[in-house]
Amino acid sequence: MSWRAIRTIYAKELRDSLRDRRTLVSTIVIPTFLMPVLMLVVVKATSAIVSRAREEIPRVMVIDGADSPGIRAELEKTGKFRLERASSDWKSLISNKRVRAAVEIPAGFEKALEAGSAPAITLYDYQGELKSGLAAEQLRNFFTGLRARATARLLADRGLPASIAKPFEVTQTNVAPPEKVGGNLMGGFVPYFLILLCFTGAMYPAMDLTAGEKERGTMETLLCSPATRTDIVMGKFLMVLTGSLAAVAFSLISLSFSLLVIGSTIGTATAGMGPAGEMTPTIDLLGILGVVAMVLPVAVLFSAVVFTVCLFAKSPKEAQSYVTPLVFIIIFPCGIGLLPGIELNYHLAMVPVANVSLVCKEMLSGVWHWGYIGVIFGSTAVYAAAALALAVAMFKREGVIFRT
Amino acid sequence: MIEARLLTKVFRDKKRGEIRGADGVSFKVEPGRIYGLLGANGAGKTTTLRMLATLLKPTSGTAVVAGYDVVREPDKVRANVGFLAASTALYDRLTAREMISYFGRLNGLDEASLRARVRLLADELEMHDFLDRRCEKLSTGMKQKTSIARTLVHDPQVMIFDEPTVGLDVMTARSIVRFVRECRGRGKTVIYSTHVMSEAEKLCDVVGIIHEGALRAEGTIEELKARTGETDLEECFVKIACPGEAT
Repeated sequence: MSWRAIRTIYAKELRDSLRDRRTLVSTIVIPTFLMPVLMLVVVKATSAIVSRAREEIPRVMVIDGADSPGIRAELEKTGKFRLERASSDWKSLISNKRVRAAVEIPAGFEKALEAGSAPAITLYDYQGELKSGLAAEQLRNFFTGLRARATARLLADRGLPASIAKPFEVTQTNVAPPEKVGGNLMGGFVPYFLILLCFTGAMYPAMDLTAGEKERGTMETLLCSPATRTDIVMGKFLMVLTGSLAAVAFSLISLSFSLLVIGSTIGTATAGMGPAGEMTPTIDLLGILGVVAMVLPVAVLFSAVVFTVCLFAKSPKEAQSYVTPLVFIIIFPCGIGLLPGIELNYHLAMVPVANVSLVCKEMLSGVWHWGYIGVIFGSTAVYAAAALALAVAMFKREGVIFRT
Repeated sequence: MIEARLLTKVFRDKKRGEIRGADGVSFKVEPGRIYGLLGANGAGKTTTLRMLATLLKPTSGTAVVAGYDVVREPDKVRANVGFLAASTALYDRLTAREMISYFGRLNGLDEASLRARVRLLADELEMHDFLDRRCEKLSTGMKQKTSIARTLVHDPQVMIFDEPTVGLDVMTARSIVRFVRECRGRGKTVIYSTHVMSEAEKLCDVVGIIHEGALRAEGTIEELKARTGETDLEECFVKIACPGEAT
């Protein structure tokens, strides 16, 4: 192996790739702009939709309860509901979104409430529909308040203190600093995006430097040089790795910027919703550095695997048909960090990609299991080395390089 | 010098089984001589030349090229060979100068020698006008000159040409033929594969006729004509390669 030859090949591939618009798009433009823009659009749009839904005064229907006019009057007095005339097809009206929710007041409710033994109130909403859910939530808040007032009145009538129904308060205080909150909220997403971009960043350079060269006839030209096959693989592989790491680096920079904006958006959207809502989540810098360190062997692994797969193709088009299914294969282990309830153990620590996804999520939320981190880094490095050795072995096979 | 000793290459194909791309090919080419390898498409010319250039490894047999064994010392062989084929393309996104320099560096030239060598080749091949233009913007003739400069950048002792004029216009093909002659004039060992008989007649000191992987006959063009009793090289070639089809 000659470092001079490897350096020469790498320098040429880098220069060549920097002049290739498609490589620049896949390694720089998409990670820098597309992902953050998509995230921003989604978060901003969601925030705007939720705000608008909260501002809307929902149309609500009261079913029955003709003998409880006081309840209806109180509902109207809050100004939070537009009460619709009762109708027998209230279910379809909710389904058609002409009414957001309905409340069924049983016969004799007010009288029974006076006596302290009122039957159950039933709320109807359209589960999964945002505005319907918000209307039902407001109705629930109204009746919870009504129940509290009735309890207080009943206790007062009997000469008992109101505290008897609520002997103690339960308060909840967040002790996690903003970066840990951010880590818990976004800890699954960040590694998911980074690992995925690490793969897509390697894809185009790998296709261009293997199948692309075969198709253009430059592979044979290069094979005529005194550089050994190992030198050629190493030089080209380093370029593929550069593409992968560039995608990660550019996405990290733009992600940091996006998180600042998204963080403030979340902060604004949740303002006034209690102490937890007043905090703007951020991401721990140390956690990010940990993620970068763990993503490094993954980038080597992906670069070597994609390089090897592309070697078998005669053209970039054929290479694309081999590589695209790989994206679907890695999406699941990559997104395992997004699933609730899955915790890292030594078995999972040996599963490539999934292990990094899980440990990155832990690191971003401030949990550093050094045993797992060591096993994951080590196992991923071993897989990466094996994939690289396979790439060299495949490149030495005439049937692969001169496949016609 | 090139000396092929029973060069054999067997390809294994799932559908067609074993294919003998080259079958015990032996010949010798002295410095300052052009050896023409004549054969139809699929006869085994490219396989033989790729083995000489160490792009393919022989299944059996070997060859000594510029004093180095193609099986045991492939890197040294490549350092002493210039290989030009219709299939050896240029990097579109590099300029002609970058292309030549890249191969110069891969051949171990230091930067000072490389600059001098590029200047010399650009003078000889009249490339100054397009030296800093990207290869994708070059005409076919300019590309061919750049390819020639790429093969010569390390001043190899042995030149291997595999159907270098395929698909080229007359003027560009003539310039290639002129360049091959110049290589001989400089004392280089040259092997030239073609199925264009007129090219072989113009260029080659000795020719070998290859068919179905095997070398069927070898000698000067006059010797082969005398042996077959033909005055036309094409008829002579057909008589040797496919005796049943001769008119």
